[in-house]
Amino acid sequence: MPHYTAKVYVTLKPSILDPQGRTVERALSHLEHDNVSGVRIGKYIELNLNGEKAEVEAQLRDITENVLSNPIMEDARWELNEA
Amino acid sequence: MKTAVIQFPGSNCDADALHAAKLMLDEGAQFVWHTETQLPEGTELVFLPGGFSYGDHLRSGAIAARSPVMNAVKAHAEAGGYVLGVCNGFQVLTEAGLLPGALSRNRELHFLCKPVKLRVENHQTAYTAAYAKDQVLEIPVAHGEGNYYADAETVARLETEGRVVFRYVDNPNGSLNDIAGIVNEGGNVLGMMPHPERAVELLLGSEDGRGLFESLRAGRKGA
Repeated sequence: MPHYTAKVYVTLKPSILDPQGRTVERALSHLEHDNVSGVRIGKYIELNLNGEKAEVEAQLRDITENVLSNPIMEDARWELNEA
Repeated sequence: MKTAVIQFPGSNCDADALHAAKLMLDEGAQFVWHTETQLPEGTELVFLPGGFSYGDHLRSGAIAARSPVMNAVKAHAEAGGYVLGVCNGFQVLTEAGLLPGALSRNRELHFLCKPVKLRVENHQTAYTAAYAKDQVLEIPVAHGEGNYYADAETVARLETEGRVVFRYVDNPNGSLNDIAGIVNEGGNVLGMMPHPERAVELLLGSEDGRGLFESLRAGRKGA
């Protein structure tokens, strides 16, 4: 059975206040990195999956959209690679 | 009123919830572990307590909302049964889809633990009938992720349908429209960030939470 590795990236939607990102952006500015803007902090999740590609893709989409992210406030995207 | 206090790994206000339920509602209140698939026979109120279920890993309330007992809690809610979610319990209710919206990090990132003033916006629910309209209560909050968010359409619907039950007088966390507590369409599911169960005895600093339990007791089905 083929093995896959998945990388899932979850970020707050652009419309949602990201206080962590804002705090880091301010800290960078204090360190004189004045040209940095748009700092957003999210989550990175790794998974290993076994199975046929089409099934694994459907499963990963389900996991990403229904468990790993909350679509009310987060965007999520994933990459799937054969291990 | 027979109460089931659901315990998840990491719940830490479960004993407070049980104490308040026994004191205010019925000596028969009991804990129910999250792996159960059924609620005790005759359960009238499900109390989802505060705490840090699963250490707030992934997102607050996310893992608890997908635990076995939540299927029974959803069935109870859909049948019109009372479900009260406080703090992490509110987060679990939004993650489970029993209430709209989501709770995100407090605006200033700090964990807040202090008494706050709440206004009773809707005194005509099963949870607030013992209060007066616009009555101001002092109830403690203790949360890091209590910033209520929903899309504009959802917030507008909550407002026009009178489903914003409690509002902060001085918004501590950045919640949209100062929202502190909301009910579902049927009015039987309430989620709120402040802790009424910690305000039922003067020894604890406030008795302002008693009205919530008195409302439930007075309005119980068959009473």
